[in-house]
Amino acid sequence: MVIILHPKRLFKVPVEAESISPDAFDEKSVNEIGMLQVWEGKRKRILGELFKIEHKTDDASEKTTIRISGDVSKVRRIGTKMSMGKIIIDGNIGMHLGEEMEGGLITVTGNADSWVGGTMKSGTIEIKGDAGDYVGAAYRGSTKGMNGGTIIVNGNAGNEVGCFMRKGLIKVYGNVGQFAGIHMRKGTIFVQGHSEGRAGAQMRKGKIIVCGNIPSILPSFTVESIKPKVKIDEEKVAGPFYMFVGDRAEGGEGKLYVSQKQNQHLSFYNKYL
Amino acid sequence: MDLAINNGKIVEKINENKAKVIDASGMIVMPGGVDIHCHIAGTDVNTGRLLRPEDHFRDVEAKTAVTRSGVGYSIPSTFTTGYRYSRMGYTTLMNPSMPPLEARHTHEELEDTPMVDKATYPLLGDWWFVLEHLRDGLIEECAAHVAWIMAATRGYAIKIVNPGGLEAWGFGSNVKSLDDTVPHFNITPREIIRGLCKVNKLLNLPHTIHVHTNNLGKPGNYVTAIETMKCVEDLAEENRPNIHITHCQFSAFKGSDWQTMSSGAEEIAKYVNHHNHVTLDMGQVIFTNTTTMTADGPFQYGLYQLSGNKWVNHDVETETSGGIVPFTYRRKSAVNATQWSIGLELALLIKNPWKIYLTTDHPNGGPFTSYPTIITWLMSQAARKKTINKIHKRARRNSLLTSIEREFSFYEIAIVTRAGQAKTLGLTQKGQLGVGADADVAIYNVNHKLVDPSKKYKKVRRAFKKAAYTIKGGEVVVKDGEIVKTVSGKTFWVDVKTSLPLEVNDDLKRKFREYWTVEYENYPLRKGFLHNPAPISIKAEV
Repeated sequence: MVIILHPKRLFKVPVEAESISPDAFDEKSVNEIGMLQVWEGKRKRILGELFKIEHKTDDASEKTTIRISGDVSKVRRIGTKMSMGKIIIDGNIGMHLGEEMEGGLITVTGNADSWVGGTMKSGTIEIKGDAGDYVGAAYRGSTKGMNGGTIIVNGNAGNEVGCFMRKGLIKVYGNVGQFAGIHMRKGTIFVQGHSEGRAGAQMRKGKIIVCGNIPSILPSFTVESIKPKVKIDEEKVAGPFYMFVGDRAEGGEGKLYVSQKQNQHLSFYNKYL
Repeated sequence: MDLAINNGKIVEKINENKAKVIDASGMIVMPGGVDIHCHIAGTDVNTGRLLRPEDHFRDVEAKTAVTRSGVGYSIPSTFTTGYRYSRMGYTTLMNPSMPPLEARHTHEELEDTPMVDKATYPLLGDWWFVLEHLRDGLIEECAAHVAWIMAATRGYAIKIVNPGGLEAWGFGSNVKSLDDTVPHFNITPREIIRGLCKVNKLLNLPHTIHVHTNNLGKPGNYVTAIETMKCVEDLAEENRPNIHITHCQFSAFKGSDWQTMSSGAEEIAKYVNHHNHVTLDMGQVIFTNTTTMTADGPFQYGLYQLSGNKWVNHDVETETSGGIVPFTYRRKSAVNATQWSIGLELALLIKNPWKIYLTTDHPNGGPFTSYPTIITWLMSQAARKKTINKIHKRARRNSLLTSIEREFSFYEIAIVTRAGQAKTLGLTQKGQLGVGADADVAIYNVNHKLVDPSKKYKKVRRAFKKAAYTIKGGEVVVKDGEIVKTVSGKTFWVDVKTSLPLEVNDDLKRKFREYWTVEYENYPLRKGFLHNPAPISIKAEV
């Protein structure tokens, strides 16, 4: 079944909508879905007050699909803990999309705010536009970040992509901000574009691939070799890449691959090879 | 048997027609719980809250018609702390480590902890003036000075943490035995403990000295723990206790390093069984993620190095130090599993329950909300076995628990969770239900005649988790595990009457000016600072 949500008005204060998830909607009628609870700022609301809910059954898929059309850039925590089904968002979306997600698929045609897929365990999130900071990161203070699944950002991503990441894959086809893969424990981050630097700070294990420009490599990384190509899951990315290992300040064994062609200013590392 | 309550006290008789009657037939009625050692307020706890947003995130309580909202699993916010204790039937809490300089903050937080009576112990084992007085052998002057601190900080008992070690930590070192010299003071931990024990006796303080031993959390430290108990053996009188070793589990490690670390509980229990001057509390470890916080700066630094977790370490001017490290106790870690075993071994091997009390050193060994689980471990061999089967192999092999058959009765549980603690604290109004006692009562919905706690331990755990009724000061505050009324408790402090004036002399005032960030004039808490004080007047022998 397909459920379509249209926001009834422009939200001025954040809406906390943990209940917008295929698991919560599953096997419910439109009226029942309308009774689910959400918070608008400090006020308790029901979903039916904020959204026009439409039900379509013509879709052949068995799993619940939720489609949101309209401006939901103030709506947070959509798809929290979802384990199956699909959410499609036509437009921009607010913070904490797919937090603690356990399965299923989320697609956003616009931009996403910060904390996309924070502490997610499985499933896929695809953002056609840009994503904010802390993609796939751990909750503030916690050391348990993304623990599986895939996040694909077709635009740019902000700072601290994959903070405390433990497993899974993050692909950014645009640029990333500073500290991509900070505190990383395992998993893979692929960046097609440029990095603003400090990639892999305090990482212990895992893989970061930067195909574009990076201003400099942290001094706590050592250069190991030049690799012609790097493997990401089944896919292979052609290089050549400098391979750095670190963060040595943490006794880390993480691997940071940086494109040789795009980073002529790093050529002084050649003499250490 | 009927229990009559009037005006917040237990009374002989009351007119039943006019009174509210609670039918507690088939239930267990106990005095309100007393916790002798739980970090619930003060700068260390609050810094722990700041350090750990993720701890708040995982445990959230919404507000109800009578309670406020709150957050935190291992370090809940003050109101939530009060509610959670009250739901378990606890009514009196002792906050064990207050740097005298932070007395204001500690008392402000304690006043915001509802539902319970409370008190706090100032840290004096590394306080400069105490060290100087004791070095010069001026016991009476030291006693007068301690009496002044008790009044200035509204304290209740003398807390000693790693005596001498914290002062040494200010200079980057530590003391390793009772006879190491403290740098710059030419005094040993043994002299500090003995000196303050004598001071405690001179002042007639209600509680004994409350000692966190040297070498805490290091393999082989059970020797230090026994030596600490021995060093005040000759000062004991008429079998009355004169030293309390707190969270003894952390001081009962055998072995020479972490690989050979094992339990020293047997040796400690043997000593305690033969001597009457010691009381202990368990400091039981729970397998969970918690926040460790003590005034023992060097220990906390060691824990940071072991765990690699985020950390805070702090030197409190001339007084003490402090540290905080989040920590996860794991079943599959040989060391953590041995620690778990040690705590229970201590409680089970020490024959007299009046000598050992149930604590987790909240939040160091685990949050206080796990007390019902510990109660079931003490009462049921089956409950223990269930956990033993899941712990690390080496720890299981070395654990004495498999050979211990003792199971606590409900009477013994009442002693280790309230009566014993109240007795050693000198709180004569608490931990008992005799005529004249405070009307702090906990009623648990479990029938001791029908339920065999060694088999039906889950039922016991449920009962202790949610008291059927908690009565605080004669008012029903909890019913069926839910708060029905909020009350604010009293703050106990000892008002020691000495013949010497309660002031520090000019020399000490000068030192205050030179070394403290707070001037002497601003240092003591003024009258009226506490909103609900309950001073205990004591006549000292100096």
